[in-house]
Amino acid sequence: MKPIIKEKNMSKIEIKSLHLIFGKDKNKALKKLQEGKNKAEILKVTGCTVAVNNANLSIHEGEIFVIMGLSGSGKSTLLRCLNRLIRPTSGEIIINGTDISKVSSKELLEIRRKELSMVFQHFGLLPHRTVLQNIAFGLELQGIQKNEREKTAMDCMQQVGLIGYENQLVSQLSGGMQQRVGLARALANNPEVLLMDEAFSALDPLIRVQMQDELLQLQTKMKKTIIFITHDLSEAIKLGDRIAIMKDGEIVQVGTSEEILTEPANEYVERFVENVDRSKIITASSIMIDKPVVARFKKEGPEVLIRKMRQRNLISLPVVDDKEVLIGEVLLNDLLELRKEGVRSIDTVIQTEVHSVLSDTVVEDILPLMTKTNSPIWVVNEQREFQGVIPLSSLIIEVTGKDKKEINEIIQNAIEL
Amino acid sequence: MIHIGQYIEAAIEWLTDHFAPFFDVLNIGIGGFISGFQEILFAIPFYITISLFVLLAWFKSGKGTSIFTLLGLLLIYGMGFWKETMETLALVLSSSFIALLLGIPLGIWTANNNRCHKIMRPILDFMQTMPAFVYLIPAVLFFGLGTVPGAFATIIFAMPPVVRLTGLGILQVPKSVTEAARSFGATRRQQLFKVQLPLALPTILTGINQTIMMSLSMVVIAAMISAGGLGEVVLKGITQMKIGLGFEGGIGVVILAIILDRITQGIAQKKK
Repeated sequence: MKPIIKEKNMSKIEIKSLHLIFGKDKNKALKKLQEGKNKAEILKVTGCTVAVNNANLSIHEGEIFVIMGLSGSGKSTLLRCLNRLIRPTSGEIIINGTDISKVSSKELLEIRRKELSMVFQHFGLLPHRTVLQNIAFGLELQGIQKNEREKTAMDCMQQVGLIGYENQLVSQLSGGMQQRVGLARALANNPEVLLMDEAFSALDPLIRVQMQDELLQLQTKMKKTIIFITHDLSEAIKLGDRIAIMKDGEIVQVGTSEEILTEPANEYVERFVENVDRSKIITASSIMIDKPVVARFKKEGPEVLIRKMRQRNLISLPVVDDKEVLIGEVLLNDLLELRKEGVRSIDTVIQTEVHSVLSDTVVEDILPLMTKTNSPIWVVNEQREFQGVIPLSSLIIEVTGKDKKEINEIIQNAIEL
Repeated sequence: MIHIGQYIEAAIEWLTDHFAPFFDVLNIGIGGFISGFQEILFAIPFYITISLFVLLAWFKSGKGTSIFTLLGLLLIYGMGFWKETMETLALVLSSSFIALLLGIPLGIWTANNNRCHKIMRPILDFMQTMPAFVYLIPAVLFFGLGTVPGAFATIIFAMPPVVRLTGLGILQVPKSVTEAARSFGATRRQQLFKVQLPLALPTILTGINQTIMMSLSMVVIAAMISAGGLGEVVLKGITQMKIGLGFEGGIGVVILAIILDRITQGIAQKKK
């Protein structure tokens, strides 16, 4: 028995310098690749196609890891290396400490039966069998008795919402329902890893969104390690805890959707992401100014704060207590008032009704606050500890996609008019 | 002048000389099989055989076929060809059975092995297009006269369709389905029996139908080497210039052909 590892961010699958080459003279092609020749040159010289070129990935336990790329980028081929439907030319694929590329064919059968299950774009169901028999197929291959496997299959049917369909032939079902069968069949083996190859790409847009939602909901309960292949960036962003972008057999960038949107690794990724609705993905934490000046409750009086604000040309400050928890804000005008009156404490002018958001709030949800306030929007974490500030200007920059200089020009023009 | 014929003659002669015991064993085996089959069919009273065929036609094909079967078989009985028809039926079914026994595995092999496919293709072309009479000569040399050489020639002539259609059926199984089966840890055997054969079944059944039809057409020709049956009636009609007799035998063959075709097609249709 393998120890059950529940630690978070534990690496479940390690892919190390994986190459996959199609063609006769693979070794020559591999050598050329190591010499730094590119794909087109290798095809010309050796007649071999490089499908995956030096892929390195570390996939964590319990995450949805999306591999995204256009057709021909090698993403589906890479996925098929994980259960060795295609044998890699070189490199290692370590799943739970075992190198898949080196196991015997008998061990491979066991791994395919127990540890990895796959969901296919075109479903790959057996048309002559009923829904229930299809779902029980993986268990049948393992030689599990009919009663037992059908009981497990029924449980899985419930999970994916197929109850009542068990005795229908799969050819009578709609695409969405067929893919539910595909998913249930994969779950019936109770694998640790789910490989999903463009699983929702063949479905109608509405059904696709519905299936994505259901997968996310299932995942909150299952916590499986899912590797999801797609060519659709919005799907990748919606599902992926982390995303790898592939181009021409190479992995161009790996990161969270936000990392990929805010720091695209190269022009290719940049072009890929430019049409995405950023306001749905960018969160407060990536546009805020970290740890700006604060007013410390009970410790700092009007005099100190006025100086702080004048130095930095600010009109308001967040007020925090000794545990960094945000209490409210003070405005420069109020402080000036206090100084005139000679009051030493700022207690009376703290505005507790402030606009604050959590650091993972997306821009789309922050925007409405802009219309309600003139002061900056404060960012806190779940314990209400102060994290930073979002100046209105950076919100505008984020939404319009224009930089500061351009915005200043627009303002200037507007004033001149 | 190139005399390929003399080399083939030499080869056949060599085979008859060196493999005589082998052919004898085959002769006894196949001969016993066919005559056993014939004895069973002779032993069953005609009305029971007819009822069985009518029922089979009813369940596998439908009302029309079962009426045709009833009338057709009664007509054959009425014409006085019942014994000959049963002889032919026994020869057709046993030849087809052996042809399928060899042909289906061969078809599976060609589908899963590209080299085998390349070798088999011209051989199948040869077997299918060579005029059927030609097989009769070596058949007689190997087995003498009688039902066994008739069956031998029939098997060679009738086997190609089932080989081809089995191969085709398996190749037509969608790649996504076989790939899915592999991804769930199916062995080669499991892939074959749980995925490839069930999905290829309608096509294989069409192949079986074709093989039965072709063996029926061949057993008539096989009458020339005294394989007996309805073919002998037809042959008598030809050699004695008895037009009526020739047609009567021919009609018997047609009736049998239609019945066998509709029933086997009915089975294939239901699997689709």
